[in-house]
Amino acid sequence: MGMKTDEKLIMNGKRLDGRKKDEIREIEMKVGVIPNANGSAQVRFGDTVAIAGVYGPRPLFPKHLQESDRAIIKCRYNMAPFSVEERVRPGPSRRAIEISKVTRLALEPALFLEDYPETVVDVYIEILQADGSTRVTGINAASLALADAGVPMKDLVVALSGGKINDTLVLDLCGKEDNYSDADIPIAFMPRKKEITLLQMDGELTPQEIKTIIKNVLKAGEEVYKKQKEALMKKYEE
Amino acid sequence: MRPEYVIKLLESGERIDERKFDAFRDIKIETGIIKRAEGSARVKIGKTDVIVGIKTEIGEPFSDMPNMGILKTEAEFTPIASPDFESGPPGEDATELARIVDRGIRESGCIDLEKLCIKEGEKAWQIFVDIQIINHDGNLIDASALAAVAALRVTRVPKLEDDKIIRDKTEMKLPLLHTPITVTVGKFSDKFIIDPLKEEEEILDSKISVAVMEDGKICAMQKSGESSLSMEDANEMIDLAVKKSKEMRKLL
Repeated sequence: MGMKTDEKLIMNGKRLDGRKKDEIREIEMKVGVIPNANGSAQVRFGDTVAIAGVYGPRPLFPKHLQESDRAIIKCRYNMAPFSVEERVRPGPSRRAIEISKVTRLALEPALFLEDYPETVVDVYIEILQADGSTRVTGINAASLALADAGVPMKDLVVALSGGKINDTLVLDLCGKEDNYSDADIPIAFMPRKKEITLLQMDGELTPQEIKTIIKNVLKAGEEVYKKQKEALMKKYEE
Repeated sequence: MRPEYVIKLLESGERIDERKFDAFRDIKIETGIIKRAEGSARVKIGKTDVIVGIKTEIGEPFSDMPNMGILKTEAEFTPIASPDFESGPPGEDATELARIVDRGIRESGCIDLEKLCIKEGEKAWQIFVDIQIINHDGNLIDASALAAVAALRVTRVPKLEDDKIIRDKTEMKLPLLHTPITVTVGKFSDKFIIDPLKEEEEILDSKISVAVMEDGKICAMQKSGESSLSMEDANEMIDLAVKKSKEMRKLL
């Protein structure tokens, strides 16, 4: 739950940036942005920009970390020092370590890791610019980067945040909304079978409100899914 | 690419990407690309891709320079940029890179630090130059130094109201006095090359990075690499760096 503010986050049905309650910010996705990486993508939701690079599947050392029957996936979520108002000191924070973990778990169910025993797939996410919903933006970029790397996947992973501000259920919270929200729910899922792979929440909501937000996110995520597929197609048309 | 192949090419006067020994790759500079930063630039030299973001914070001046603002430069080789980079605190190479970029800015007197003092001995602006590598394909030094200068040139110092930073209001443009340009010259056998690719860097005997001022004077240098240099070699490399700095300066 965010801090308290007297500022109205929704006025006459419009949010601070002019959006309707169920409107997602402008989305831009580009695949293949890091030549050194096996797969990569840059994703923008409004003023939040994430870039993801995938290295692997590649041999994993030391050997005792290897799994004999599948690849392991490692994830690193990191915020660039200049990505926020007040400079972030480089190095992993507790927040970044936790987000790295839930990101890994959000992606893992989509991957056929048993195809690559004894290897590692490294997923690196850098938040270049933060304006709320950075973890879901990072997951969208990572999902595209994994597909771009040619890692076999059951489905793409689509991520989107929902929440509640000024007693209204909304989608895709921007930074200010995130700070002052009543509740914030980042969700990732595989659209084809509607399987949820990331679900977090903080704030205060009734179970019914939560269910409604999940339903809204899964529905609106279809649009994000479409954009992901277009971005991948675009790279391979070129 | 096999190192022997890179060596063979250089010995016969050629490079992997068919460039002349003293030619840069294509250089692209974009500024103002990070909205949260007070200044920013992205520089691409060939496939090398670097972002520099400038943040301004309030800090205490150093006791030996009580009336000056503070410059801090840091670089992280995040593993997203190369299979050779590993997670963890900045190592030798990342620290050296940050210090070379820092020295070029500092020693040229690029930033008018005296104008960044808010209250003598108590409060001053800290200028953070953060270097983020997006893709490493050689010559990170020249790319990072260029991105740093390009970012500083578009940096705005925010307003202060009751000692609080109001980031969406601008007090002034960051006061700048000079523009240093850093050019690295690599040596392999008896050959000198500009803007080495990553594969070339791996086989170079040594390198010199030279920060050059507008008037051709030099304000910082660093020799790196494992081999020694003769005086004649060093002289020739310095001359080449100064000459090429003029070309790079025109891009700003």
